[in-house]
Amino acid sequence: MSDTLGDLRDLYQDLILDHSRHPRHGKRLAAFDASAKGDNPMCGDRVEVFVRRNPDGTIAETGFEARGCAISVAAADLMAETVAGRTPADTRALFAAFRALVRSGACPDCPPGIAAPLERLAPLAGVHEYPSRVKCATLPWHALIAALDGSKEASSE
Amino acid sequence: MNDAPYPLDLAAIRADFPILARTVRGKPLVFLDSAASAQKPRAVIRAMTEAMETQYANVHRGLHWMSERTTEAYEAARDAAAQLMNAPDRHEIVFVRNSTEALNLVAHSYGRHLLRPGQAVVISAMEHHSNIIPWQLLRDERGIELRVAPITDAGELDMAALEALLADGKVGLVSITHMSNVLGTYTNPARIAALAHAHGALAMFDGSQAIVHRAVDVQAMGADFYAWTGHKLYGPTGIGVLWARRELLEAMPPFLGGGEMISSVTYERSTWAAVPHKFEAGTPAILEGIGLKAAIDYVRAIGYPAIAAHEAALTEHALARLAEIPGLTVLGAAQDRGGVVSFTLDRAHAHDIATLLDRFGIAVRAGHHCAEPLMHRFGVESTARASFGLYTTTGEIDALAEALLRVREFFA
Repeated sequence: MSDTLGDLRDLYQDLILDHSRHPRHGKRLAAFDASAKGDNPMCGDRVEVFVRRNPDGTIAETGFEARGCAISVAAADLMAETVAGRTPADTRALFAAFRALVRSGACPDCPPGIAAPLERLAPLAGVHEYPSRVKCATLPWHALIAALDGSKEASSE
Repeated sequence: MNDAPYPLDLAAIRADFPILARTVRGKPLVFLDSAASAQKPRAVIRAMTEAMETQYANVHRGLHWMSERTTEAYEAARDAAAQLMNAPDRHEIVFVRNSTEALNLVAHSYGRHLLRPGQAVVISAMEHHSNIIPWQLLRDERGIELRVAPITDAGELDMAALEALLADGKVGLVSITHMSNVLGTYTNPARIAALAHAHGALAMFDGSQAIVHRAVDVQAMGADFYAWTGHKLYGPTGIGVLWARRELLEAMPPFLGGGEMISSVTYERSTWAAVPHKFEAGTPAILEGIGLKAAIDYVRAIGYPAIAAHEAALTEHALARLAEIPGLTVLGAAQDRGGVVSFTLDRAHAHDIATLLDRFGIAVRAGHHCAEPLMHRFGVESTARASFGLYTTTGEIDALAEALLRVREFFA
């Protein structure tokens, strides 16, 4: 039995469990410039992402309110951490790399400039073995991109 | 596996389902998701394969040997379905794709044409979306009110509240599940139908879950419509049954138009085939019908007394084992409940529970189970759900309980 759960550490690494239990950014920001909701109607997961920007347009702070599984909450929290200080264009590039990571388990062609934040997001790569769970990890990112684009709604489709 | 106090040879039954021999993630498969779709016995697989290998052709139109043999085999499914439900007339069996299509057929052909604006349809607070949305569409299009009969905290239909909803005599149709796909609650169709009829309404039942475990007698229950689907009754996907009293089917206009459903066609005017063919436009699910016949024969050979007793024993065992798990909450506490058990576990999300259980080779469903309003009624967004078939063993339920203890530790 212990081996069985040991296998699951691929998916539920300590970092993921820790961030899902104690999200550092899991709050509505007191002041924010943009927000958007993400909804996965297939499973009922919902997230709302709040973004405050610096005068130069880079992301100052991201917060979120999530109702979902451990994967989605941890993904939202690690996202908020890794996008701080990034431009919207950098954030989109990081999302593209992250999406490759959770879909295939790796991102061989990813630009070297995002190696460090991608390393931080790497514990979520185990999701690629569970195709039905990939959307859990990408939903908060879809909401963040929607907020940066000025939309109010995103979906994980 | 054979110590049951009722005549059910569980080992033999399990041997009839080839898939139960496989392993998943290195563990023996523990399939506790039969309420979503059941596994198939060899008899069903063989019947469909044999039809394709020996006699396949289209039905009802060919004058050749192959078509005649296939038509006989397909129409035998109609007889089998009629016998299964104790329908008085085989022409009252309309083949559809699934229960969802059956409900939409009634909402369309009965609801849009025989109900009048100002009338109402009553459903319950524990319906699958398939018994909600067709009536919402009808309401929005035709001004036919949709009323929802509440359920108690135990997850039972509130019969007094249902009666109150019927009191003004505006209700034309009561459409309620025979067994909740989330709570496992059995309703009492005979009481519901009697109440509906006393107030001038017809009664329809969604038997998708119930007919898997219990004998359905549409005459004894006094139903007007009864819908179910083949794939949950160990048959193939793509075929279901709508039973309705013949005079209702005669009065209802067609649902879909096309081949098979006509009597004569000119550009000015067409006339419809006799029931049930009036409701069966296009080439039907021929192979699926043949598979369904085999599934019905399989179930009837085992017999509902043994099937129902097995379900009751599994449900009792599951409720007892799950009650031992700290932090686990079972939804509903109906007196009359069957082999569908939904639960939450501390703060672990249902999807995380399902993914962890999958690692033990245990298949459960997680989510809102196509019953979002019912989730809201119980103040949850999603649950994990274990559901049982006639091949389920108490040992499999023990494996679930033991795995859930480990899941709980994992998320502690």
